[in-house]
Amino acid sequence: MLKGKVWIFGDDINTDLILPTPYIYMPAKEQARHVFEANRPGWINEMKAGDVIVAGRNFGMGSSRPAPLALSALSVGCVLADTINALFFRNCVSFGLLALECPGVSKLFQEGEQAEVSFDDFTVRNCSSGKTLKAVQVPESLISMMQRGGIMPLLESEGFIAPRTAAEELQQSAKQ
Amino acid sequence: MGMNIVEKIMARASGSARVKPGDLVVVGVDTIVLYDGNFFPAYWRELNSVKNPDSVVVVFDHRVPAPDRTCAKAHDVGRKFVEKFGIKRFHDVGRDQGISHVIVAQQGYALPGTVLVCSDSHTGSGGAFNCAARGTGGPDMIYALAKGETWFQVVETVRYDLTGRLQHGVSAKDLFLHIASRYRDHSNQNVEFGGPALTDLSMDARRTLATMGTELNADFTIFEPDQIMLDYVRERSQSPFDAQYPDADAEYADRRTIDLDAMEPLVALPGKVIGNAVGVSEVKGERIHQAFVGSCANGNFDDLAITAEVLKGQRVAAGVRFIITPGSQAIYRRALKAGIIETLMDAGAVVTNATCGACQGGHMGVLGPNETCITASTRNFSGRMGDPSARIFMASPATVAASALTGVVTHPGEFLRGGNHA
Repeated sequence: MLKGKVWIFGDDINTDLILPTPYIYMPAKEQARHVFEANRPGWINEMKAGDVIVAGRNFGMGSSRPAPLALSALSVGCVLADTINALFFRNCVSFGLLALECPGVSKLFQEGEQAEVSFDDFTVRNCSSGKTLKAVQVPESLISMMQRGGIMPLLESEGFIAPRTAAEELQQSAKQ
Repeated sequence: MGMNIVEKIMARASGSARVKPGDLVVVGVDTIVLYDGNFFPAYWRELNSVKNPDSVVVVFDHRVPAPDRTCAKAHDVGRKFVEKFGIKRFHDVGRDQGISHVIVAQQGYALPGTVLVCSDSHTGSGGAFNCAARGTGGPDMIYALAKGETWFQVVETVRYDLTGRLQHGVSAKDLFLHIASRYRDHSNQNVEFGGPALTDLSMDARRTLATMGTELNADFTIFEPDQIMLDYVRERSQSPFDAQYPDADAEYADRRTIDLDAMEPLVALPGKVIGNAVGVSEVKGERIHQAFVGSCANGNFDDLAITAEVLKGQRVAAGVRFIITPGSQAIYRRALKAGIIETLMDAGAVVTNATCGACQGGHMGVLGPNETCITASTRNFSGRMGDPSARIFMASPATVAASALTGVVTHPGEFLRGGNHA
């Protein structure tokens, strides 16, 4: 169960808006400073850790860039959208950002209301109005990977890659 | 009920008798394509082992030659990876380099009936060869390198049956803009192309369509095999493959027929392509500062040829920068031998080396504040090619070239003598 303040975004929020091109090769902490700077400048200073992004259709359409990593670096609690681009969703799994498709969710909330999201029964609840919607169910293995930080911790635990050194972690980590 | 092409390839690759929409499948990956972007420290992790080095292709394309020290360092990391694991199919800056999806096509790396992954979103380009190819993310690449597999969630498929023939000067890009405009986004859907019109659609044209499937928001975009496709692949690859055709009773979410004779030059207005294209006449006269022909979608030989046909004997308008980026150094050389490059340069166009370049807004033609560009590339999002205030119109290479000559958005018809055009 996850609870957070809702920020409303519209349809067709693409990856270039989430993470503008000039910053895609930079460390996650630097990427985070430029999230939505073209369409919603200043938002990164207003939002708080655990807040929830609620959007319309095609959230995350566009490139394979690590846009979910930049949102993770801002400690976004969860992304909910009427539809989510498949590649973006895949990157949410890989980078460990919670995201659910929930048809109609863009109409369920006003900005600033509280959302309550259950990843056990895939329900999204507006804590203010009490209204509830059903999200599209995601296979357990994918939810589990999202909740455990994505692919890298898994490959580390299986010995395929070495954990980052303390210096690398400080430089590249998504954590603020 | 039978299976469509993507379902058949997913079934084979996952070792299942059949798959259906909604299934989560773990599949063996036949080809893993890495590019320079994978080797930046924000994404790259040193691997202790690679499951099958012979399945790996490495192409440097996004930022080549290295425009700054950060990129140069990433290239160095990539070269060391290639050396450490003995990767044979490596396309470094030089003779055999190009945009990864173009290299995958021209080298015959995308084999019909197989699975290919690359962490660039336009990987669907390989669908032109009946290959289940699609963009995944950076971490997926590390996973596939380590384990030789990846996962997909099977989605429903829309089938497009193409009939008729594109008129001269009307291109696959116009057909794409028509689909994006009329049928809009294909979220959580695959797109399958087939039909009698394939006979007259070159592999370049099919690659444009397959590449732009990403911009329809499609998962996989894939073509039914025909003799032209099979010959193209066999000329380039000795590897065996098993091309996949849809079953006669394959299930589709929808089946749509498009008459290519009815297509006309279109332009997508700035910001997005879905539901945003209009006839060229509706934006005729819009002033431009830059014109661009290039990218994995439109850096093909066909694209350079039609651009030269429009430009021949004329001059790019004063105040317009016309940047042309061939999709590979091989295409560049072929265009050079055909006299195309000379025509482009005589007209005042700037021809760059093969790279993602201006399309990605990385280098080689980045837009400044409030500029207007017309582009034959992949995306027209705000900020895609540079400053977020720049406006990007998207059109075919012929329309872009005609616009470069006049300095305003222009229908290509009046500049084309080569054939029958409306």
